[in-house]
Amino acid sequence: MDNLKQKLSAYKKHPGSLVVMLLVMFASLITFLVLFFLVIYILAKGIPHLKPSLFSFTYTSENVSLMPALINTIIMTLLSLLIAVPFGIFSAIYLIEYASKKNKFVSIIRITTETLTGIPSIIYGLFGMLFFVTKLQWGFSILAGAFTLAIMILPLIMKTTEEALKSVPDSFREGSFGLGAGKLRTVFRIVLPSAIPGILAGIILAVGRIVGETAALIYTAGTVTKIPKGVMESGRTLAVHMYNLSSEGLYMDQAYATAVVLLVLVLGINTLSGFIAKKLTKERS
Amino acid sequence: MKIEVKDMNLYYGDFHALKDINIGIEEKKITAFIGPSGCGKSTLLKSINRMNDLVENCRIKGDIFLDGENIYKDLDVNLLRKRVGMVFQKPNPFPMSIYDNVAYGPRTHGIKSKAMLDDIVEKSLRDAAIWEDTKDRLKKSALGMSGGQQQRLCIARALAVQPEVLLMDEPTSALDPISTTKIEDLAMELKKDYTIVMVTHNMQQALRISDNTAFFLLGEIVEYNDTEKLFSIPSDQRTEDYITGRFG
Repeated sequence: MDNLKQKLSAYKKHPGSLVVMLLVMFASLITFLVLFFLVIYILAKGIPHLKPSLFSFTYTSENVSLMPALINTIIMTLLSLLIAVPFGIFSAIYLIEYASKKNKFVSIIRITTETLTGIPSIIYGLFGMLFFVTKLQWGFSILAGAFTLAIMILPLIMKTTEEALKSVPDSFREGSFGLGAGKLRTVFRIVLPSAIPGILAGIILAVGRIVGETAALIYTAGTVTKIPKGVMESGRTLAVHMYNLSSEGLYMDQAYATAVVLLVLVLGINTLSGFIAKKLTKERS
Repeated sequence: MKIEVKDMNLYYGDFHALKDINIGIEEKKITAFIGPSGCGKSTLLKSINRMNDLVENCRIKGDIFLDGENIYKDLDVNLLRKRVGMVFQKPNPFPMSIYDNVAYGPRTHGIKSKAMLDDIVEKSLRDAAIWEDTKDRLKKSALGMSGGQQQRLCIARALAVQPEVLLMDEPTSALDPISTTKIEDLAMELKKDYTIVMVTHNMQQALRISDNTAFFLLGEIVEYNDTEKLFSIPSDQRTEDYITGRFG
């Protein structure tokens, strides 16, 4: 209580700081409440409609199963990451570790990635449809969707990897070079392992974008409700499934149930990657 | 002479950081570089194992010889750095285990045998006088050690690639007095086998442990002599002013 009194008397002398404190508290409270309300609302609306028939492996207009969409989401996420992560990480390594800071090419790449980050996803969808679906004649397919999403998340992964690499202290690099290690060894043995938690954080963000994406997928991966036999077949992800259910207006309850599954999926991915990041950093420090 | 620097000039962009440097470093002795901040002593030190290559805009004219070989023309930079090891101002162990820190250098240079690595790690840690502190926790992270221990680990890591020369860039400036004494004792011990060049801000330290001392001022070597002579009868007025504490 003494502490509180001291604080109060301090605030009396500086009323401005009391106002600012109340403002920031209010802002964080609102943020929390919005999220809290959203989650509770979805859970309340969705959980009663989570029936076993929703998880049937074949979709019919009777069971409105979300299982094919769930499986498609996982395939789509893995495939997009498989394409985008190596490219993103390697370009970031080039930009941070290899390219000279005054290099013109580098500033062009930077401008391009920043622009790409700001483009609405429907534009990626349109490009994916014109290029992968039509020009390359892949048709509406998981592959076309995954490539479109890969292009969409590439700048994100690049940017976060760049930041992660930048945060590795130069003293590590100096230490490695000082022992006669070359660039390649320094980057792969010292710098990259130290940057893994940051890179993983970027990948989690990318997963979030993939899982939540609809606009870019409707025109590339299509909306077929089956589990595809290969990557050249069409398939809808959970988010697209939800969009279709709610736009058709017939299956609102199932749409909420799907939202619950999507929410749990995202939470699960976040927890898992947080766990992996912790484990990786623990092993090293 | 183990190392010879001839007519060397170094520029950072337009800034003329080192001017007409000529100096010979004796084998198996400790050579101290002293002088006020920004006088170029660390810059010269980092030129000896070409760490300045990493600095953009850094241009070097003139030659540096290691055992008569021109380090910029005759030697591969990675092999040069294997022969000329470095200990930095701030201890910089890698975020891995103590064992892996010491084994990093030998592994870099192609040693894979577990038995050989074990021997090298133990010998290096013993030579750096830190074996007793570390032998039971080799698999633990190096980041959990104290600053002084970390610096001795960094010395062990440098020794593990069997260098001929050890460059030390103010190795005790981030350490407490007890750790400093340990590093100084260690340097005295190591000079039996290694040529040591040490940059220091601390004139007492130079006096205590070095055989030769070079006094730097504004990118030039003002005076280079036997340490005792330099501190007792400096031949240049500026050296006298500096060591008697009139500036710097």
